[in-house]
Parts: sequence; C-alpha cells; structure tokens
Amino acid sequence: MLNYIIKRLLLALLILIGASILIYMLSMLMPADYIDNQTAAALQSGSMTMEDVMRLKQLYGLADKSFKGIMKSYFSWLLSAFSGDLGHSFLYSKPVTAVLADYIWISFTVAFISYILQIIIAIPMGIKAAVNQYGPYDYTVSVFAMIGTAFPSFFLSALLMNVFSIRLGIFPLLGLTTATKVFGPNEHFAIFLDKAWHLVLPIAVLTILGIGGTMRFTRTNMLEVLNSDYIRTARAKGLPESTVVYKHAFRNTLIPLVTSLSGLLPSLFGGAMITETVFAIPGIGYMAYRATIQGDIPFIMGYNMFLSILTVSGMLISDLMYMVVDPRVKLS
Amino acid sequence: MQTEYNEKSQSSTEINDNQAAPKETFKVISPGRMVAKRFFKSKLSIAGLIMIVFVFLFSFAGPLIINATWGYKELQVFRIERISDMVTTADFVGPDGRTYTYFDKSKTIVHFKAPPSKEHWLGTDTSGFDIFTRLMYGGRISLLISFIVIFLETIIGVILGGLAGYFGKWVDQLIMRIVDIFACLPGLPILLILSATISSIEAIPAEHRIYYLMAFLTLMGWTGAARIIRGQILMLREQEFMMAATTTGIKTIHKIFKHLVPNAIPQLIVSATLGLGGIIIYESTLSYLGLGVPFPRAAWGSMIALADPSKGQEILANYPNMWVPAGVLIVITVLGFSFIGDGLRDAFDPRMKR
Repeated sequence: MLNYIIKRLLLALLILIGASILIYMLSMLMPADYIDNQTAAALQSGSMTMEDVMRLKQLYGLADKSFKGIMKSYFSWLLSAFSGDLGHSFLYSKPVTAVLADYIWISFTVAFISYILQIIIAIPMGIKAAVNQYGPYDYTVSVFAMIGTAFPSFFLSALLMNVFSIRLGIFPLLGLTTATKVFGPNEHFAIFLDKAWHLVLPIAVLTILGIGGTMRFTRTNMLEVLNSDYIRTARAKGLPESTVVYKHAFRNTLIPLVTSLSGLLPSLFGGAMITETVFAIPGIGYMAYRATIQGDIPFIMGYNMFLSILTVSGMLISDLMYMVVDPRVKLS
Repeated sequence: MQTEYNEKSQSSTEINDNQAAPKETFKVISPGRMVAKRFFKSKLSIAGLIMIVFVFLFSFAGPLIINATWGYKELQVFRIERISDMVTTADFVGPDGRTYTYFDKSKTIVHFKAPPSKEHWLGTDTSGFDIFTRLMYGGRISLLISFIVIFLETIIGVILGGLAGYFGKWVDQLIMRIVDIFACLPGLPILLILSATISSIEAIPAEHRIYYLMAFLTLMGWTGAARIIRGQILMLREQEFMMAATTTGIKTIHKIFKHLVPNAIPQLIVSATLGLGGIIIYESTLSYLGLGVPFPRAAWGSMIALADPSKGQEILANYPNMWVPAGVLIVITVLGFSFIGDGLRDAFDPRMKR
C-alpha cells in the first residue's frame, strides 16, 4: 500500500514537471506580454527607449526568448516554485500566491453551493429514472438532463440575465456587490445578503449545466447495481422494493459517486472561467481570464500550474478512495 | 459473425428437419444491419438524426439557396433606414434653487439593427449583416471544425494508443505518460493562451486563424481517443483470434491496424460522436471571447457575444433576435450529437445498454 502510494506520488511529480515545462514554453511564446502592453504608449511618445523596455524585461527574466534563455528562466521559476514562491503578478501587483489566496474563496463558494444543489437534485432523479427504466419519467428526466448539458455556459447566462435581471428585475446583472449602495462598517449581514443575491444566477447556471452529468452517472451505476445477483437475492427474500432500492442498491451506487467527487477538485477550486467572466464576478477564473488576455506571464504560469496540481491530485485521491471504499479493488 | 433467426424460421425448421428448406425460412442479417436496426428502434437516436440533418441542411444548403434566390452572401451589408426616438433626460438645479428635469427628445436615423421583417427574417445585426444568413455560415464553421478536429484526434489516438496497447512495456509507459501530461493541462486556459498568441502575431492572416484553432483543439483533445484504443487493444490482444493471427506470421503493423484496431472501431465511433458536441462548445466559447473565428466571418459564439453585458445591455435586453437563435442552434447541434452517440452505443453493444 505504502509502496503503491509512493510510486503514484513520484509519477504525479513527473507529470507535473512535464506539464509545467509545456505551460512555461507556451506562455513564453506569447508575443506580447504585459511589459509590452504597458510600455507601448511610452515607446510611441518617446519617453522610453527600447533599451529601457529590454532592461525591464531582463529584470523579470522575460528578455531572452531563445530556447536556452527560456530553459534558464524556467529552472529559476521551478526552483522558486518548489519553495512556494510563484513570482509576482504584473497585473495585480501582488505575489501570485496572494492573488490566488484572495480570490479563490469566492469561486469555491459558488462551485461548492452548486455542487451541493446538483447532488441534492440529481441523485434522487437518477435513482428514480433507473428504477423506472424506459418509463416516461426516465425519458423526460434524461432528455431534460441532456438539454441542460448541451447549453454553452455563456448562452445560458445570457438567457437567465435577460429573463431574471432585465425583464423581471429580481437579480442584479453584474458584479459581486451593488456599487451604488453604501454599507456601514458593521452591516456585515447586509453585505453578506447583497453578495449572496449577486451569486444566485451564477450558481443557477453552474447547477443547471452540471445536473445532467451527475444524474446520468447515478442512473448508469444504479442500473448496473440493480442487475446484479445480490439484488435478485434481496428481492427473492421478499424485501419491500423500497428497501431493495434505497438500502441495498443505493449503497453500492455510492462507490463510483464518491470516487468521482474527488475528480471535481479542479472545478471546485479552479473557478468557472466563462461564467465568472460573463457575470463579472471577481473569482479566480475571472482574474485568470484577465491575466491571460493581458499577458501577465507569472500569473498565467501560477494559475495553470495550480489547476494541473489540482487535476493530478484529484486523480490520485480518487484512485486511493476507490481502494478505501471498495474492498474488491486490488492494487496493481 | 452473428446471425439472427426470425421466429417463423425456428418453428418451421423444427417441422421439416432434413429438407433443404432453410434457404427460404431463415434470414441472415449482417452485423451492420443489426446495428442499424437497433439504432433506428430508439426514438431518441432518430430525433438526434433529424436534428443533425436539419442543422447540416441549414448550414450547407441554406447559403446556396439564399445566394441563388436573393443573391447575397454572409458579408452583404444592408442599410435599412428607420427612425428611432432618442430621449435623454438630465436633472439640474435652477437659479431659483428648485430641481428641474430636462428632456431632450430627438429623432435619429438608424441604419443597422433592423427588426425582423419579411426580407430579413431575423433582422440585421450591429454591422448590418443579415442574421439569418450569418447563422448558416456560422453553422458551417462549427460543423466543419468539429468534424475535422474529431477526425484528427481519432487518427492520432489510434496510432499512439495502438502502439502503446500492442507493445506495452516502455513504449506504453512513454506514450501513456505523455497522455497523462496532456490530460492534466487545463483545457480552456491553455486554449486561451494559444489563441491569444495566434491572434497577436500579425504575420498570420486572419483567415488562417481557423486552421490553427483546429490544431489547438486537436492538441488538447487527442488523449481521450488514445486511452480508449489502448484499453481496447490491451483487452483484445489476449484473445484467441490474435493468437491465430500471430500463427499466420503476418507483419506486426498489419496485426495492429488490420486485426486489433478494427475491433475497437465501434467504441471509437461512439466516443467520436459524443466528442463532437464538446468541440462545438469549445469552439463557440473561443469565438464568444473573440479568440476564435475572426470578424467579419460569422460564428455562433461571436453572434452570442453581441449580448455580452459588459459591452452594454442594449442588445441583451432589446434585441434577442440577434443572439438567441445562435444559442438555440448550438444547443440543437450538441444535443443531436449526444442523442446519436447514445443511440450508437446502445446499438453496437446491447449489453452496454443503459
């Protein structure tokens, strides 16, 4: 067991180093970085010379775009990354780790609430659909679930905004706080309510987009379990159908569900880039979008590595969870 | 491989046992026809097929009809004059200390953003293009990109997955670690970096951006096909027919690509069909962010981007004819592909039917 975990951890490290080389190469290939964007006007007016710009780039290790130069700056990045320093974001003029720590919680809140809602709505629906396989309930729920997954997030957001923000005027259109409202220093609850009100639509978008997948996953697993021998035994014993479904079958459906949940790690902490951007919610996804557009290389690097780490550790955890939850699974 | 006897044949073969009757009384159905039969039995797969056929006709035959009947294409600008009232109000405090409200009502002539009419079923957009026609051209782009990308992904996946699955050992280790690395890259952020790079290099003409886009989408998506093929081949290579193939002494390359890969094709077709929708969503997301197909070419994503509330609420609130149809078409296409994919999966392997 311990050997297996160590082997997997080393492998994960290897994958992450490979991924970091790729991401670093890619972001260094971006022809216009933040320094170019910021100094373009000064260069034009003559208040800065090309040498000044190059000196600035030298300072941040962005000057040498040859293969050797990129590798050199990559290794210095890697060394400081191991000590927990991901560099300094140009756009937000703060350390990258500080930006991540500041904006991650809003993304996490949105993602977490929408997952809870998804689970509450989708799992009972999936179970009911599996029990009534090919019945009218199964068809309706499956079709609606698939329609939900077929929506691009920006289109669903625009539709909800049009109906609920503009036509009905129930929810605010953009942002996290009402700019025109002034709160006193002690009105924490009012501020909280205001923020919560702004997050209703984004949470709704993520929930609608996600329900389909969870529901179909539950349904597939439930059907597999319902066709197994021990369920026939349970029925043969004369147990009531509800006990068979909700006690005997449902428990085993939880195995793949629990392991699939750890695969959600990146989307839970990585932010929903498009939805946050459309609703202009200052979560980590929106920040990363702005940084990418403006060529803020240290932040791009830090954010993408953060996502890769989340993905790799999610896979690792789900494999380990599988062994913990399901005693039939043996190590290979 | 498989034969199906119909009910009548079973009863009749029992009666005349030793006569040459079987010729008339039983029917051999090829596996392909059985798959087709099972596929068309499902209402959802037929619905999916109808949706996809509709979208294909709309985007590939539609422009020809428009061009033949009215003689214009995607970039024809229409200036349709209409008079729009503009009311601006402002508050000011007069010299007497009271607050007055000032109204300025003026009539302006607007050329663009025409409402739906007989000539232009969905009106015209902010640049005066006919929206209905642009929907067709946008569909061409989306469908073309998704099919080409899936095709490339599948080819790369078959070659690398086939090699990894057949040779095992260090070949497998090497290829699968590369797959792991690509699979752990965050899709959308990397696509953003790549597209931003391409659109800022001026040496690349805007019309060529779409080819780069296809290459990037392929780069980020081939790992799925490789994993499927590898898994299938690991399973298949231990079976007896492969032993038989080995004893005939054929070349390794033939063993992989003539005996192993064809057996994995049903799985591949299913995953490719289910993957088409995902690519369409990726492509339209990039177009929505202005990093996909460049203006003035039409794309469904960039048509919805007109409603982006950060650029002003006017279109989002007052001109649903500009952005809702494009979104509906995306949903129809993605849904159609997933219905067909599900239908195919059930048809290829009834045991997997869920």
